[in-house]
Amino acid sequence: MTDKILVDARGLSCPQPVLETKAALESARGNTVEVLVDTVTSRENVLRLASRMNWKGTWEETQEGTFRITLEK
Amino acid sequence: MINRFLMSRFGPSLTGAVVGVLAPVLVFLGNPGNMGVCVACFGRDIAGALGMHRAAVVQYLRPEIAGFILGSFVSALIYREYKPRAGSAPIIRFFLGVFAMVGALIFLGCPWRAYLRLSGGDLNALWGIAGLAAGVGIGIAFLWNGFNLGRSAPTAKASGLVMPAFSVLLLVLLLLAPQFGRDAAGLPTGPIFFSKEGPGSMHAPAFIALGAGLLIGWMAQRSRFCTVGALRDLFMLKDPHLFYGILALLVAAIGTNVALGQFKLGFAGQPVAHTNALWNFLGMLLSGLAFTLAGGCPGRQLIMSGEGDNDAALFVLGLIVGAAVAHNFSFASSAKGPGPYAAVAFAVGMVFCLAVGFLNRGRVSA
Repeated sequence: MTDKILVDARGLSCPQPVLETKAALESARGNTVEVLVDTVTSRENVLRLASRMNWKGTWEETQEGTFRITLEK
Repeated sequence: MINRFLMSRFGPSLTGAVVGVLAPVLVFLGNPGNMGVCVACFGRDIAGALGMHRAAVVQYLRPEIAGFILGSFVSALIYREYKPRAGSAPIIRFFLGVFAMVGALIFLGCPWRAYLRLSGGDLNALWGIAGLAAGVGIGIAFLWNGFNLGRSAPTAKASGLVMPAFSVLLLVLLLLAPQFGRDAAGLPTGPIFFSKEGPGSMHAPAFIALGAGLLIGWMAQRSRFCTVGALRDLFMLKDPHLFYGILALLVAAIGTNVALGQFKLGFAGQPVAHTNALWNFLGMLLSGLAFTLAGGCPGRQLIMSGEGDNDAALFVLGLIVGAAVAHNFSFASSAKGPGPYAAVAFAVGMVFCLAVGFLNRGRVSA
């Protein structure tokens, strides 16, 4: 059972969601990283960063319109 | 299909290429030289048309700007990206808009026009682009050190309708051009002013300009085209996909300018430009820093205001007020050279932006 790192990037301007995610991925050591964002732009930016760093990403939309992105190595 | 492509890594390149073709065509159809689209120049013309400054040669209600906002608004509605949000340091963003415009009018153009000027052969733009890169670089230093303006939060759905409604209002005023003001002699004047000579009097047919604006607004909304994000992501994240948008814009615009006989290489005698290297550089440095702190170039801010981003909308209104300030305080340059008080404007703007950079730090995320 690994710990989950949570990055709450809701409401942050570019490029903060990506920077916060990058920092989390670099310190994750194999753990799952979960990122919350609230715009499609941020969702795509985070997923693009993750794929460039060779992380696999999936996402789901919650009822309030938040995107919950799950990143795994 | 086209939406898929616009949202892919190649979306910004396609958008850049379309801007690169449309902008010189708009010049061919009547817009001022190397000013097919320019958020700074057009914002300044709108401020003038509304009587907020009285520089008689730069007053016109540019329909391209309304088109950007409305194109983005419709696109955001269709693709369910219309999400009104607000509350990320709105008053700071307003003044970042003011000083971004002041800097842009010292250079004479927004980042889009910097590249469009270069693609028309105006080599003075190289100093501006170097300044832009330097300004973005300073902004990046703040970002590495934890700079942020705090979170926005979802807000009233209707608040996102204000900028699209404002855009429609600008178009109605363009059409009606009401003249119910009276000057000292009792003759009709204002509240809407249109230049009779100078750059403000030069424009493509309004419906074509609006159509181009709508198309660019839609494409930029889908692809997140951003000329400041381009440099920022290239330097910070080694992610070039936005930067390719700029390269595509340059290549397409050079090709179109050559094809239309509008390419003229050199420093002197370029349209709506001056040859002072230092102020071309410093003006754009101030702008680049303000844009980076605000999270995107002025075109991108217009697009985000169409998506319902109240904070971006305040930045845009700051741009328009900044244009009025730039002319009323003689900060703005002209074809003759920098304005007499450019140095004052630059100093005040830099103090503000650096203070914003130093005073807004700290992690907001868990």
